[in-house]
Amino acid sequence: MSAPKTLYDKIWDAHVVSEDEDGTSLLYIDRHLVHEVTSPQAFEGLRIAGRKVRAPEKTIAVPDHNVPTTLDRAKGIENEESRIQVDALDKNAKDFGVNYYPVSDVRQGIVHIVGPEQGWTLPGMTVVCGDSHTATHGAFGALAHGIGTSEVEHVLATQTLIQSKSKNMKVEITGKLRPGVTAKDITLSVIGATGTAGGTGHVIEYCGEAIRDLSMEGRMTVCNMAIEGGARAGLIAPDEKTFEYVKGRAHAPKGAQWEAALHWWKQLYTDEGAHFDKVVTIKAEEIEPVVTWGTSPEDVLPISGSVPAPEDFKGGKVEAAKRALDYMGLEAGTKLTDIKIDVVFIGSCTNGRIEDLRAAAEVVKGRKLADGVRAMVVPGSGLVRAQAEEEGLDKIFLDAGFEWRMAGCSMCLAMNPDQLAEGERCASTSNRNFEGRQGYKGRTHLMSPAMAAAAAVTGHLTDVRKLMELEDA
Amino acid sequence: MEKFEKVTGIAAPMPLVNIDTDMIIPKGFLKTIKRTGLGVHAFDEMRYDRQGNENPDFVLNKPQYREAQILVVGDNFGCGSSREHAPWALADFGIKVIVSTSFADIFYNNSFKNGMLPIVLPQEQVDMLMKDAEKGSNARMTVDLENQEITTSEGETIKFDVDAFKKHCLLEGLDDIGLTLEKAAAIDTFETQMHQARPWV
Repeated sequence: MSAPKTLYDKIWDAHVVSEDEDGTSLLYIDRHLVHEVTSPQAFEGLRIAGRKVRAPEKTIAVPDHNVPTTLDRAKGIENEESRIQVDALDKNAKDFGVNYYPVSDVRQGIVHIVGPEQGWTLPGMTVVCGDSHTATHGAFGALAHGIGTSEVEHVLATQTLIQSKSKNMKVEITGKLRPGVTAKDITLSVIGATGTAGGTGHVIEYCGEAIRDLSMEGRMTVCNMAIEGGARAGLIAPDEKTFEYVKGRAHAPKGAQWEAALHWWKQLYTDEGAHFDKVVTIKAEEIEPVVTWGTSPEDVLPISGSVPAPEDFKGGKVEAAKRALDYMGLEAGTKLTDIKIDVVFIGSCTNGRIEDLRAAAEVVKGRKLADGVRAMVVPGSGLVRAQAEEEGLDKIFLDAGFEWRMAGCSMCLAMNPDQLAEGERCASTSNRNFEGRQGYKGRTHLMSPAMAAAAAVTGHLTDVRKLMELEDA
Repeated sequence: MEKFEKVTGIAAPMPLVNIDTDMIIPKGFLKTIKRTGLGVHAFDEMRYDRQGNENPDFVLNKPQYREAQILVVGDNFGCGSSREHAPWALADFGIKVIVSTSFADIFYNNSFKNGMLPIVLPQEQVDMLMKDAEKGSNARMTVDLENQEITTSEGETIKFDVDAFKKHCLLEGLDDIGLTLEKAAAIDTFETQMHQARPWV
């Protein structure tokens, strides 16, 4: 009998084309997702070398980072550089014959939301994209990770990637989440516990009752931020929820192929006794709604906490914390719930799916945006937007004073006009609170959609459980 | 890609931990469709004020570090996005070697693809090199990839590890795609087999 394998081992083994003596492997890539920011130089490289895209049918392109999210975006992109980049993707998709969802297509959206939505992402696949949040697709039990533009060109030309195998890391969330605590709180709490380099060199498998209990949307939120914990990828073993989500989607297998696929997918789990190089266990009951206070995703605290002081840290983190407090304009000891906000952003590949919009709408319903607060909801795809409108969520947001936008990456990284002004403070459902991320000198606090909605209606960081009138808040 | 030669040059100290890719190259500069010309924007928001004036306190603006070819940096350098614009900007600035206790995976890989050598060393050795770098332009370090050795300005040597395949590619200036295309037959075979085993892919 062969040695017990992890889920990562199994997917890896099923994709090795060749392996050198030193372990460097050529890994076959099943799906290559492409967006406009990290691909132009790669297509240009192909042209210069006279190369074709080896598997255009496995290549899926969609513009998302630069696209305007205003309702009048059909009139075109004002910023010249952004327009050139999106036009370049239009042309490259056409010239090289890859699958393409242009801005005018209702299926357009953030690449990591479109992939699963259209059934391109399936269990057991290898999925890459020139984007670090490719980790999202790991929620399906697919080995998915970000690559640089040189590697994008390599995959376009060869449908393979030169890789060394990462180590195995297990993150187990035992027990059940308490009310008001969500997938975003899990993933931020894990990073808070392990640090942003805690997963470096590893592929994380998330498991445990609390992970099993999550919907596919929640699992995507958890895996999305594996990269923020430094991991190469995050994975969750597929189960009935996964199969149910995939079934019937445009590019999912049908008929006899569905049965054959299902048979293989059901073997995609970590064998009893398989070796993990690192194990982290967190009790779900101990996870609270959290927010970030600083400029690294590891700067996580329960909403009940206070802003820390630099001397609470050790080593290089002391200087980093000093710098973060200065950048964020915060005093040590301030209660997190006393921090006032100017802007609320609900969207991104972390939290731009239908369930996220439902969670935010539930908090917003019957309430109004706090005075002086600007808030925008940016659905992750045109189809998420349509679904939300069918459920009347748009009306809830609009009635409360929120802006209801078209799909795109938007203020998650502010490459389009959706940006923070200098010094503005944002409650954001995105994934990075880096300096300047949402706009020059903008200040970002990361949190769940429900928590961002709570901040929107109160005007300050808020424990959403107080608004939900939960007894244990 | 150019072959990686032995580097003897000025090392600049950047002890801050978690220097992310947004710091190395802010998103405003990701709108380019070229690989070149980003060096002037490396560390843009730390290096310049809003009017484009240099911040005199930023290390690479100090006279003794303007020609730096080596960076000695804090833990978890290059964390964040997959943007290859980050190594493009550093390489275009003239950086050849980056030394830290750890790098984010994607940044680490991207560096090799652009003829730059990221070196991982234990904390004590990075601390020692950081001190050496703090001496300024009179202190020149040598990084010898062939022998996997750093020599400080004091003549002390430190050995480092590097993946054999990556080392070979850097020393020879090899293009990955060309190498992989030599294995086209193996890729064809794999595809045929996979089409049998997993026809839905």
